[in-house]
Amino acid sequence: MLTFIIIILGGCFLLYTLLGGADFGAGIVETFAGRREEITISKAIAPVWEANHVWLILAVVILFTGFPQVYSSLSLVLHIPLMLVLLGIICRGSAFTFRHYDVVNDNSHKYFTVLFRISSFITPVFLGMVLGAMMLGRITLDTTKSFYDVFISPWFNIFCISMGVFSACLFTYISATFLVGETKIDRERKMYVRFSKRAMLLCMLTGLLVFVTAGAEGYDLSGEFLLSTTSLVTLLLATILCTVIWHFLNKEKNKTVYLRIGVGIQVTFILIGWFYIQFPVLIRLQNGRHLTFFNTQAPGATLEQLLIALIAGLILVIPGFIYLFKIFKVRSNKL
Amino acid sequence: MDDLIAARLQMAISLGFHIVFACIGMTMPILMAFSEWRWLRTGKQVFLDITKAWSKGVAIFFAVGAVSGTVLSFELGLLWPQFMRHAGAIIGMPFSWEGTAFFIEAIALGIFLYGWNRLNKWVHWLSGIIVGISGVLSGIFVVSANAWMNSPTGFDWVNGKAVNIDPVKAMFNDAWLSQSLHMTLAAFVSTSFAVAGVHAYLLLKKGSIAFHSQAVKTALIFGSIAALLQPLSGDFSAKDVAKRQPAKLAALEGLYKTSKPAELVIGGIPNDARERVDYAIRIPGGLSYLAKGDFNAEVTGLDKFPKEDRPPVIITHIAFQLMVGIGFLLAFTSVLYLAFSIKWRYILMKKWWLCLIAFTTPLGFIAVEAGWTVTETGRQPWIIYGIMRTKDAVSPMPGLHYSFYVITTVYLLLSFIIVWLMRRQINTITQYYPSANNNA
Repeated sequence: MLTFIIIILGGCFLLYTLLGGADFGAGIVETFAGRREEITISKAIAPVWEANHVWLILAVVILFTGFPQVYSSLSLVLHIPLMLVLLGIICRGSAFTFRHYDVVNDNSHKYFTVLFRISSFITPVFLGMVLGAMMLGRITLDTTKSFYDVFISPWFNIFCISMGVFSACLFTYISATFLVGETKIDRERKMYVRFSKRAMLLCMLTGLLVFVTAGAEGYDLSGEFLLSTTSLVTLLLATILCTVIWHFLNKEKNKTVYLRIGVGIQVTFILIGWFYIQFPVLIRLQNGRHLTFFNTQAPGATLEQLLIALIAGLILVIPGFIYLFKIFKVRSNKL
Repeated sequence: MDDLIAARLQMAISLGFHIVFACIGMTMPILMAFSEWRWLRTGKQVFLDITKAWSKGVAIFFAVGAVSGTVLSFELGLLWPQFMRHAGAIIGMPFSWEGTAFFIEAIALGIFLYGWNRLNKWVHWLSGIIVGISGVLSGIFVVSANAWMNSPTGFDWVNGKAVNIDPVKAMFNDAWLSQSLHMTLAAFVSTSFAVAGVHAYLLLKKGSIAFHSQAVKTALIFGSIAALLQPLSGDFSAKDVAKRQPAKLAALEGLYKTSKPAELVIGGIPNDARERVDYAIRIPGGLSYLAKGDFNAEVTGLDKFPKEDRPPVIITHIAFQLMVGIGFLLAFTSVLYLAFSIKWRYILMKKWWLCLIAFTTPLGFIAVEAGWTVTETGRQPWIIYGIMRTKDAVSPMPGLHYSFYVITTVYLLLSFIIVWLMRRQINTITQYYPSANNNA
């Protein structure tokens, strides 16, 4: 039962990274693109961004129902970065909708656009920082310690910042690659190809930075990757896939489907690799008594009901979700 | 500012903000689907135009509702980590169902808003119905989680820990039905009267235009039925509260001393020092009858509870009077509406009637906010009634007032922008929808 819940939680996390990530990244790509691209991007994300966003809500619900101690500890200690994530989510969603649904197109849209772009960048950075803090092991639940030790130092350090920047780059990469298939204009398509390539290189660089800064903060991330065969293999495969995707990006007629599947697999590999070095730990604590899936799981009756709700929910949601994407992502390409 | 107060205010602002969008998200899809159905049946352009004009506004409300809901799912932990640590496993179930319902709502809304030219007309209409049903369901699930805080069941509390957890029993606690019924009806009353009010105002300004009079009609059909049912649901709730949470009932009625029979106190200002309500109208035996169904029954007053277990009387009583007052005013308006539309249709276009409807625009939402205040402050000092105190659940992080200031500023700003955007939408109706220029 626990296994299934962990798999669904992982699935939500993966889908949020891919779909929510593509949405966030779209805001970043838009910052570096022009007026024409702004329209393509708005059109691409408008029908789906709310549904994509629900994967995060689902992950949070699974966390607080199935692993309440993890949820309450995270929200206690990482109050500040989580609050900033929330502000980013509010500003981004509102600004996007305000701009998209306003009936008059005037100067006020400049402000919405700025807000949308800034929050599209900031939110993934703080999300990445939260993940970094869960891994680093500087979290303490002893609130009698100093404010800095409890509420700041676990997330405000170069490792977590690198994690944040890496997340933003990864989201940009996912988004740029998805966007290649969203336009029929050749010049615009080429621009996304260029963005995608640059973002891929940036992902590699910042990924490397994550390993280096982990070492600098006294966290042996590379050592852990070397110890886990699965993680090592998935990381290598993800890197090799870069060359394949690069190849498809260079083709004159980009095979959109291959590109998207390629990026999907790549991100899946990165997350699986990360999952394997982390499992079963959810939050590494300073005192070594880490919070894991096992020692924080809710009682059996709760997990059972949670699983029933999730499975019933997924049976209802997945066909709807596929239908939504079919209407707007598959059919629209044929128009 | 005290951290506990800051956390409570932040939660109040966040919920008070979100509840408006939640109500609109529950009601508007049904109104839109009804209008679209009339278009499908009659083929009249005006009904299609109404549906489309509404859907533009709804898209904004829905998106802000989605993000402010996400904020709440985090804030439960950010502000009340001790509460979520224990309650998560018990009331997570309705939240996971809510997650599912909201997911379906978001998917169906995407299809509804963007699928006009891509889908069969009836499939499109069906997607609107699905948005409405799943919106109502997600509201019911969230309210049952709140009902559990008023009526905690489905676990045993042993040495400060919950054991023998039964999530199904927790979800279907004693308060879930009365609370979710009251909330769902409230959503329909508030949104429908607000919509009718805006269009009535436009009728006053622009003369008799079919677009607006049909919009008023659609909204009031739903609004008046819900407003007439609401007092019954309120009575059901009050009797339930009398049984389960006598301290809350005593606070909201301003009953300081246990009485037999107990008089019904209408209006007035509670005076905590003298333990009585000043300047109120009193009906002998009224409260006994409303709470217990018997004019001579004994009703427990606040004196039966130690001082530290009493909810704040002033806020609770005044909020309750406000809610009930508006509720009756809207129910009375609904009786008039139904009577006029059956027998005296010409009155529906009279100036005084349109003024009355325009006046009701904000009332439903004021009642919703007041009612939410009643149920939340009336539960104090408990976060889980009789089990955990609010002050023991708050986050120990210092400086919580900063996030309160930030959230309040952001929400105020968003509210202003939304009002401004809605005005722009209303001002351009005639430009986008030709039928909005035609006289009735």
